[in-house]
Amino acid sequence: MPNYRIHKTEYIDETKRVSFKYDGKTYFGYEGDTLASALLANGIHLVGRSFKYHRPRGIVSCGAEEPNAICQIGSKKDLTEPNVRATELELYEGLEASSQNCWPNVKFDIGGINNFISPLIPAGFYYKTFMWPKSFWKKVYEPLIRLSAGLGKSPTEPDPDIYDHKYVHYDVLVIGGGVSGIIAAKMAAKNNFKTLLVDDKKILGGSTIYQNNESIKIDDKLSSEWLKNEIQEIKKLSNLSIKTRTSIAAYHGYNFLLAKENLTDHLPEEKKKNKIRQRLWKIRAKKVVIATGSIERPLVFNNNDRPGILLSNSINKYLDYYGVTCGENIILFTNNDSAYETSISLHKKGIKNIIVDLRKSARSELIKQAESLGIKIYFNHVVTNTFGYRKINSLEIMKLSEDGNTTVGNKIRLSCDCLGMSGGWTPMVHMHTQSGGKLDFRDEDQVFLPKENSEDQISVGSCNGDFDLENIIDKTVNKINKFLDIDNQDYQDTNIICSKGNDKRNIWLLPNKIPLGKTKCFIDFQNDSTAKDIKLALKEGFRSIEHVKRYTTTGMATDQGKLSNMHALGIIADTAGVKMGTLGTTTFRPPFTPLTFGTLVGRNVGKFFEVVRKTSMHEWHVKNNAEFENVGQWKRPWYYPKNGENMHDAVQRESKAARDSAGILDASTLGKIDIQGSDASEFLNRVYTNAWSKLAIGKCRYGLMLNEDGMVYDDGVTTRISENHYLMTTTTGGAANVLSKLEDYLQTEWPELDVYLTSVTDHYSTASICGPNSKKILNKLFPNLDLSDENFPHMSFKEDKLENINCRIMRISFTGEQSYEINIESKYGHSLWKMCIEAGKEFNLTPYGTETMHLLRAEKGFIIVGQDTDGTMTPSDLQMDWIVSKKKFDFIGKRSLYRSDTVREDRKQLVGLLTDDPKEILEEGAQIVSDVKSKPIDMLGHVTSSYFSPNLNKSIALAVVRSGKTMKGQKLIIPMENKNINVTVSDTIFLDKENKRLNA
Amino acid sequence: MFLINCPFCGERDQSEFSSGGEAHIVRPKQPTELSDDEWAEYLFMRKNIKGIQFERWNHVHGCRKWFNVVRDTSNDKILSVYKMGEKPPVNYK
Ligand SMILES: [Zn+2]
Repeated sequence: MPNYRIHKTEYIDETKRVSFKYDGKTYFGYEGDTLASALLANGIHLVGRSFKYHRPRGIVSCGAEEPNAICQIGSKKDLTEPNVRATELELYEGLEASSQNCWPNVKFDIGGINNFISPLIPAGFYYKTFMWPKSFWKKVYEPLIRLSAGLGKSPTEPDPDIYDHKYVHYDVLVIGGGVSGIIAAKMAAKNNFKTLLVDDKKILGGSTIYQNNESIKIDDKLSSEWLKNEIQEIKKLSNLSIKTRTSIAAYHGYNFLLAKENLTDHLPEEKKKNKIRQRLWKIRAKKVVIATGSIERPLVFNNNDRPGILLSNSINKYLDYYGVTCGENIILFTNNDSAYETSISLHKKGIKNIIVDLRKSARSELIKQAESLGIKIYFNHVVTNTFGYRKINSLEIMKLSEDGNTTVGNKIRLSCDCLGMSGGWTPMVHMHTQSGGKLDFRDEDQVFLPKENSEDQISVGSCNGDFDLENIIDKTVNKINKFLDIDNQDYQDTNIICSKGNDKRNIWLLPNKIPLGKTKCFIDFQNDSTAKDIKLALKEGFRSIEHVKRYTTTGMATDQGKLSNMHALGIIADTAGVKMGTLGTTTFRPPFTPLTFGTLVGRNVGKFFEVVRKTSMHEWHVKNNAEFENVGQWKRPWYYPKNGENMHDAVQRESKAARDSAGILDASTLGKIDIQGSDASEFLNRVYTNAWSKLAIGKCRYGLMLNEDGMVYDDGVTTRISENHYLMTTTTGGAANVLSKLEDYLQTEWPELDVYLTSVTDHYSTASICGPNSKKILNKLFPNLDLSDENFPHMSFKEDKLENINCRIMRISFTGEQSYEINIESKYGHSLWKMCIEAGKEFNLTPYGTETMHLLRAEKGFIIVGQDTDGTMTPSDLQMDWIVSKKKFDFIGKRSLYRSDTVREDRKQLVGLLTDDPKEILEEGAQIVSDVKSKPIDMLGHVTSSYFSPNLNKSIALAVVRSGKTMKGQKLIIPMENKNINVTVSDTIFLDKENKRLNA
Repeated sequence: MFLINCPFCGERDQSEFSSGGEAHIVRPKQPTELSDDEWAEYLFMRKNIKGIQFERWNHVHGCRKWFNVVRDTSNDKILSVYKMGEKPPVNYK
């Protein structure tokens, strides 16, 4: 096996060998490696196929910007992760990774054919081709695309890993632990700012930490040595917290940031167990220092995408940090001085290399050093083509013309096994723009820079466009002193020697003799878009950068165009003949790198997914086999199946029992609002449609509450407990909103009213007993209470004791039966329920759930707000005009009841429906029409509630129908998938219209 | 995520609050006197300004008090906070 690990470094522990699997084959690396460095050490460059043409692709970079080395980690159904960048993944024992996007395998695959038919796949190809014929999409195109363009696999079972969230507050947050970040953190912490420094890598130090060029020195030391000292020092600062392996995912307003900390991803399988995998930090910082650095730009020339072509600086890092050389015969292609650092490093390790430099000449100390080492430099030359299928084996260069627009002279062919590209540096302004910051364009070196720094946020170092060490340190110190209003002198005497020059010859699309149409000059490696695609998009009329991006898909892959956006912009600007700064950039959106859902969700999984509210009687319901229904956050018994009953049978039995003898419902979840104060009656007058002043103490009244737009909002029974004391009930789901609405009016519109509102929903448990035998059961529970209709009539309220515990008893009914609601302090709710059940045994007291409750009330035509209403129903639409006071001067929504729209006669109105076949049960939500022949069919309304009534032995339904009030007796049709159901419009009350049962 | 300075509790995270739309829309004292258009103006019409906007906020997961906020909707900066019933600061008109 080849070994490209050519020297020892302090970051690789050669005593700790790590075995891992890549595409099924076992390899070895060392602790400290990333998957990418370990692959390169094994001589593996080829890691995937490109998205569109399926061209072989190799590792390009050493960080978050990596477009090609995208892997699938693990293969278990519950533990597999796609889109992981091999350049960031730390190697661990037992790691299993496979290349993505290369079915059936990386060395040979079907999609490779696309490479040869590529003239047929221009920009917008997917939009243009696969649009037609439409029927081909689902059956032909989509499966094909999905199969050959692997975007990784998601796990198919729940993620077993543990994720965590944590909130923290800091005076200063520093993002990025390179030179500028370390200086900023040190200055802040030493001046009494509680500071957090985060860096996405395993260790601090950025790209300076492995720098070993003798001609770049700080205080007479190698810059890396100097920086190590600084890191030692900041680790001693008590005011400073340092989080490595932590990357900022999002930067929101008011300095609120999300950071992802990797805790176990680098550990061997057995050590991951039972540990938190990732933690999402929710950081609120008074001030934020952005020191995120910059990434090297590739160069855009023909066939610039072959495996073995990397960013020059990445070659340097693989060499000096990981001890791995990316080749044995390397060519560096550059437009600036950075590649010379790589060249000198390679030379020192005995790796043969030559430089192709776009610049006519350059005379920095660094270049002189390279020349004196005898490194061959081709100035004023450009790479025009590369060769080699699975890996680069040679390339051609040509001389540039005077203006740089074309090539001149003869081709020179050079052999190589690796090519480094350096197109200069792009400041990482993502954080700045995510927070809302604007950008400026600097023409000299064609970079976007943070425009202005606000008082609570600043960018320093190379993300601010300062690329040489001297500038980075000086400017960072000055800016931080000003930003934090401090006077730190630590770096005043720091002596910096930087032999690197700053000049650069920027050409976005490099010239070539071959027509553009016949070249493959890649801009976006991951999404396979070329310079040609960009130009075609412009030719077809696209101008906005956002449009060009979407049409060509440039910058839309998982790397979000970290390497490609600038070139796309540059080529657009050049082609359209506009200044690059005027184009703007595409929007940088969070997250900076992909996040797993687990990290976002944290602990809120399984039973912690949502808050669950249970009544005091809940355990009894569970023990008695209840099926539950979620109503808001509440768990409510839905029905209680007995002896293997299905839902229908259980509901029929419960409904019949409630009307024949007695039923009991847990009504604890209804919202309860305690209303007190000398203006309580006036307040109720204003919030309900009906009148309240005359309600006697000890009496109950049903109320309908509207929105200001006149539409029904909530309903419920309110009891007058004493002169200035009411207890309002609301629907279960509406409780919180009703309280909020009432508080809003009290605080903002009627602050003069003396009214106090308290939510007491959880304070009381409620057992509701109904049916002809309910009075007898009540009598057993409350033997001293006079239950006669004279003393305790319908819609009234009494207080009594049950075993010395106070109970509030309302005789109110939602079923049409004689009915009592017993309220008791919640802690006694379970006992109350059991006592009721015990007392009711001889009367076949049957517990019933929400489904039976809905059926019983539908028999009586009582509405359920939210089921029979949908925010567009007025009281009149519900045929409930009787509840709207004509006398009251005002109430919420009154004025809206006679707007031109609300008085329309053809509004949808609530009606009853009876099916011609009494056994036919309608589907809730089904459309209602009067004629199925004329097309388009005129929709008149829909079914809102539908049941089979065991008490009437027929199907009943409620519906909203246009002009329904006037349609009683009329025939209508419910068209279903395979039949039409004939119905007749009826009254909404199906049972006991005279309310005889209430007092039976 | 804003930080909102509740006039009763102090600075809190936005997640504790709910927004109540435009401020200083007074419910008419005699709605029945209004024409359909006048009532619609009160009921439906909101400015939705890009720039300085006066808004109602409720500290719903805190003291549950409603109060007013002056916010620049173009950059989400909160410029002023004041209680219900207090006069809006004049320098933002
Ligand atoms: Zn508050």
